[in-house]
Amino acid sequence: MTRLSSAFAKPHRALVTFITAGDGDTAANLDALVEGGADVIELGMPFTDPMADGPAIQAANIRALGAGTTTAEVLRIAREFRQRHPDVPLVLMGYANPMVRRGPEWFASAAAEAGVDGVICVDIPPEEDDALGPALRAAGIAPIRLATPTTDAARLPQVLEGSAGFLYYVSVAGITGKQQAAQASIDEAVRRLKAATNLPVAVGFGVRTPEQAAAIAKVADGVVVGSALVELVGEHGKDAPEHLRKLTSALAEAIRTAG
Amino acid sequence: MTEHPNSSGNQPPAKANSFRQMPDSRGHFGTYGGRYVAETLMPLVLELEREYRAAKADAAFQQQFDDLLEHYVGRPSPLYFAERLTEALGGAQMWFKREELNHTGAHKINNCIGQILLAIRMGKTRIIAETGAGQHGVATATVCARFGLPCTIFMGATDVARQQPNVFRMKLLGAEVVPVDSGAATLKDAMNEALRHWVAHVEDTFYIIGTAAGPHPYPELVRDFQSVIGKEARAQMLARTGRLPDLLVAAVGGGSNAIGLFHPFLDDPDVAMVGVEAAGHGIDSGQHAASLTGGAPGVLHGNKTYLLQDEDGQITEAHSISAGLDYPGIGPEHAWLYESGRVKYLPIGDDEALEAFQLCCRLEGIIPALESAHALAALPKLVGDYGRDQIILVNVSGRGDKDIFTVADKLGVKI
Repeated sequence: MTRLSSAFAKPHRALVTFITAGDGDTAANLDALVEGGADVIELGMPFTDPMADGPAIQAANIRALGAGTTTAEVLRIAREFRQRHPDVPLVLMGYANPMVRRGPEWFASAAAEAGVDGVICVDIPPEEDDALGPALRAAGIAPIRLATPTTDAARLPQVLEGSAGFLYYVSVAGITGKQQAAQASIDEAVRRLKAATNLPVAVGFGVRTPEQAAAIAKVADGVVVGSALVELVGEHGKDAPEHLRKLTSALAEAIRTAG
Repeated sequence: MTEHPNSSGNQPPAKANSFRQMPDSRGHFGTYGGRYVAETLMPLVLELEREYRAAKADAAFQQQFDDLLEHYVGRPSPLYFAERLTEALGGAQMWFKREELNHTGAHKINNCIGQILLAIRMGKTRIIAETGAGQHGVATATVCARFGLPCTIFMGATDVARQQPNVFRMKLLGAEVVPVDSGAATLKDAMNEALRHWVAHVEDTFYIIGTAAGPHPYPELVRDFQSVIGKEARAQMLARTGRLPDLLVAAVGGGSNAIGLFHPFLDDPDVAMVGVEAAGHGIDSGQHAASLTGGAPGVLHGNKTYLLQDEDGQITEAHSISAGLDYPGIGPEHAWLYESGRVKYLPIGDDEALEAFQLCCRLEGIIPALESAHALAALPKLVGDYGRDQIILVNVSGRGDKDIFTVADKLGVKI
């Protein structure tokens, strides 16, 4: 079993938490997420032009790049996380250009060497995935794809083809951290996705509170929370870990009692 | 003029080894182009492609486009022999394609007419666009006023501050102008914000992209709409001189005016082409907008193309005196034409463009846009390769009224 499949095989639904690499004391912040009960860690790779992100994660990208965060630094953060937490799955999430700059094979092998389990690339759809996806799979890393409210039945098989790890359902047609989807639409979408794949389905975008997380955990295998955590990093700086731990614990608790 | 070359077949059909057969069915120009967008937008760009194919095959669509170009935009734009500039440069004949005489003062309107007709055909009820200097924003606001559609223009806050006359023009035309604060608050950031807005309003909103870049099919459809420039120029040149030009010259930011001029000539082997990139303060200074000369391949804003970027793939800020060229990327077809060698690309700096701007004013009585001044500035460097009986055709893509404040400032003049 891989670290990712183990995380989704626990008796409770998985809490997937996102923060941006290089924003604040990332190692301490990641440890706080794990201590709070996160089951999967998504580590954002900062990019100058985060087109799919709302204000909170845009600001985190700017802070991280302003602090001089390089690709080498992101990989170092991942490698050290892996040393401290041998069993917690770690997923890199970001945009195509920083991932393919030195070639997809370089990126895949560097990420594998750092102990990364999965990669989510926001702006490489299946139609353009003939280089990065294969390179990741060859390096033993799960290419994690996104399904959205606009992904219709005709298109879904193409999204699933070559997907691994879990399927990330983007619950709103929009950017991160903004609107919140109606629970009924999430229920319906997750049922539709689960009928089409054996991969675990995690739901994200606009999920901020334990109440929302609990409602989603009733239907989905995982719940992704990003912007709400990233805002805490922005707001509290070096004091962020205790705030992250608190919110993560509340989210984990809600999910565990719901699922 | 009795002939109406917009849609006529007065050029040879694409041949087997044609340079005019790109993109392929997946929107690739060689390895460039493609559809690098978030999954939410993917079904939308696929639908846009289907609708564009249907529109392209629909004679009524083409007829409406041609009619608006003739009676609303004022096409065909003249082909003009620049006699005094020719004398001053002392070599080949210099001819201008006068896109600056179009309604709204630049080539941008050609594309906006085409895209708004497509939007209406698709039943979209709202229009969004990005703009840098404001020229594409004004052209978009213009067609939205003409067709009664609500219009939102995303514009970097820095550009809003330095392009107030165009901001006011857009507002007069009924558009809402949204200042974008992220990044350096210029064109690239405006495009990010337009994409963010689009992804959240996919049902009712059409995004009119201003240049021959972005996810497929935008580079293709913008090129097709702008190809009226080259089709007209080809027919006009044949009618006036009985021959084709020896060299085409056009400024390249995203590259829509250049691809519009070049594309109908790509399979004429005796017609050479030069795209002029903005070298800003010089390639070595790092402050430029020359994506081909000073950049590397990468992925941004929906396509793979040459980009200004650092070793980690972070996009670096472009610089040019010309706001319309101040973008860290270039349309994917140019990236392919550059690598294929069919088109040469030449960097021209701020100071050279400024000098050519003034020269054109004084010798020809034409105030060119600073973008077009980059193309004009390349002429002294190219003229030596051509004899007096040869013809160089320059695209004067826009008029320079919008730039007089920038130019005055550079010349130390208070107005």
